[in-house]
Amino acid sequence: MRPTVVAISNLHKSFGRVVVLSGLNFQVEQNEVVCIIGRSGSGKSTLLRCINFLEEPDAGEITVAGITLPAGERTREHGRALIELRKRVGMVFQTFNLFPHKTVLENLIEAPIVVRKQSRPRAIEMAEVLLAKVGLSDKRDVYPSTLSGGQAQRVAIARALAMEPQVMLFDEPTSALDPELTGEVLTVMRDLAREGMTMLVVTHELGFAREVADRVVFMDGGSFIEEGPPHECLVNPKDPRTRQFLERFISHAH
Amino acid sequence: MIAASPSQPRPATRLRLPFRTWLALWTLVWLACLVALFSGLQFAFGPVHVHTITLDVGFMRGWWLFISAGVIITLELSVISIACASVIAFLSALARISRVAPLNSFAGLYISLIRGTPLFLQFYFIYQGLAQFHIILSSFISAAAALSLNYGAYMSEVFRAGIQAVSRGQTEAASALGMTPWQTMYRIVLPQALRIVTPDIGNQFIAMQKDTALASAIALEELTGRARQAGLPRNNFFEALVIAAAWYWLLTIVFSYFQGRLEHSMAQGDR
Repeated sequence: MRPTVVAISNLHKSFGRVVVLSGLNFQVEQNEVVCIIGRSGSGKSTLLRCINFLEEPDAGEITVAGITLPAGERTREHGRALIELRKRVGMVFQTFNLFPHKTVLENLIEAPIVVRKQSRPRAIEMAEVLLAKVGLSDKRDVYPSTLSGGQAQRVAIARALAMEPQVMLFDEPTSALDPELTGEVLTVMRDLAREGMTMLVVTHELGFAREVADRVVFMDGGSFIEEGPPHECLVNPKDPRTRQFLERFISHAH
Repeated sequence: MIAASPSQPRPATRLRLPFRTWLALWTLVWLACLVALFSGLQFAFGPVHVHTITLDVGFMRGWWLFISAGVIITLELSVISIACASVIAFLSALARISRVAPLNSFAGLYISLIRGTPLFLQFYFIYQGLAQFHIILSSFISAAAALSLNYGAYMSEVFRAGIQAVSRGQTEAASALGMTPWQTMYRIVLPQALRIVTPDIGNQFIAMQKDTALASAIALEELTGRARQAGLPRNNFFEALVIAAAWYWLLTIVFSYFQGRLEHSMAQGDR
C-alpha cells in the first residue's frame, strides 16, 4: 500500500453561522491525483485552504507528510510546526498571486532562500530548471505585470514547486483565465501528474478530471456526496445531486 | 484676385493653439495682474480711480536677507519632522493592524487624541504647557515634537491604508510558501505598500512646510517668525509677509516638481 500524504480527520469549519465543512474525513495517497468538483459554495476551496491552514479549521486534525496539526492551537510550537507543514504543501491560486515587485526569477527563489535557507546560487539553479519545465525560460527577468494569465499561472506553479513540496494544492487554477489560455496550464499540470506528483485539484475542468484524476470527489453542502474513479463518478454517478450537477455543467459547456 | 468659393471654410479668426498653451498664456496674464496689484501704480478707468498697493521697497531691500535666513530653519524643521512623523506613522500603523490589544488600542487612542485637537494647541502644550512642570524644551524641539506627533497620527492612517491596499492574496501566497508573518510583512507587503504611500508622504511634506509657520507662535525664528520680527515694529508687516509668502510658494513649487519626477520614476519600476 502506498503511504498517505494527506490525512484529514473530522474537519469542521463555519463562517459565522454558515457551516461550510461538517466533519470531513479524507485521505490522499502518494502519487495520487484527486480532483474535487462541485457547485460554487459547496466547500471545495475551503477544504483545500484548511489543509495548509490558510483557513483556520474550527475542529479536526490535519496530517501532511508526517506532520500533524490539530485545529485551534496558538502556541509557539504550533507556529513552528505550521511552517514545517506549509513547506511540504505547494499551493496554486485562482488569481496567481505572484509578487508584483519581484521578477519571475525572484518570485521563484524568494521562499527557497528565506524559508528553506538555500544558498542563492542553488536556488537560482533550481529556479532555472523549473522555468524551463514550464516553458518560460525567456521570462526569467521580467516582472509579472508583463505576463499573460496563462504564463503567470505557470510561473505560480513553478514557484510552488521550487519548495519541493510533497503535495500540490490547486485552487481552481484555470478559472481566472481566458479559455484559450487554460490549455497551457493544464498541460503543465498533466505533466506534473505524470511525473508522480501528489495533487489535489479543485476544478471545473471535467475533461481534465476524467483524463488525469485517479479519483474524483464530488462535494455538496460541505460534505462528500460521491467519490470514485473518474469513469464511475463522472460517467455513471449514483447520487442524484452529482447527476444534476453534471447535466447542468455539460449543458452550459455546449 | 481670387474669388473665394462659397464652399471654402471661413478662415479661423481665433488662434488655433493647444489647450496647454492657452493655460500657460493665461497663467502669465494672471501672474502679471498679481504683480501689477503690488506695483504702486495709480490709474483711472473713466470715473473709477484705481490705487494699487504700494510696497515699501526700501524696507524690503533692507530686510529681505534677514527674513530669508528663516528658510533654513523652516527646511530643517520640516525635514526632521517629516522623518520622525514617518517613523511614528509606520509604527502606529503596524500597531493598528496588529492583533495585540494593548498596542492596537494605544495607537488608536493616540491617533484619536491628536486628530481631535488643533495643531496650534499642540504647539502651545509642548512649549509652554509643559514648562509649567519645569519641562523646558527649546522652541525648535517643541515645534519638531508637535509636528512629528501631529503628522505621525495623520500619516498613520495613510500607511495603514497602504498596507491594507496590498491584496490579501499576497499575504496568502507568502504564508502558503512557509514565510512567517514577519517575513511576509517585511519582504512582501511593505515593499508594495511603500510604493502606494510615497505620493501621500510627498503631499504631507509639502503641507508640513507650511504648517511650520505655526512655530512662530512659540518664538521660533523661522520664515514667518522673522517676517513678524522685522515687519511688525516698523509698520511694514505687509512687505515682510510678502517676502515670506514668496518663499513658501517657491518651496512648494520646487518640491511638487521633484515629487512628480519621483512618482514618474517609481511608476516605471513596475514595468
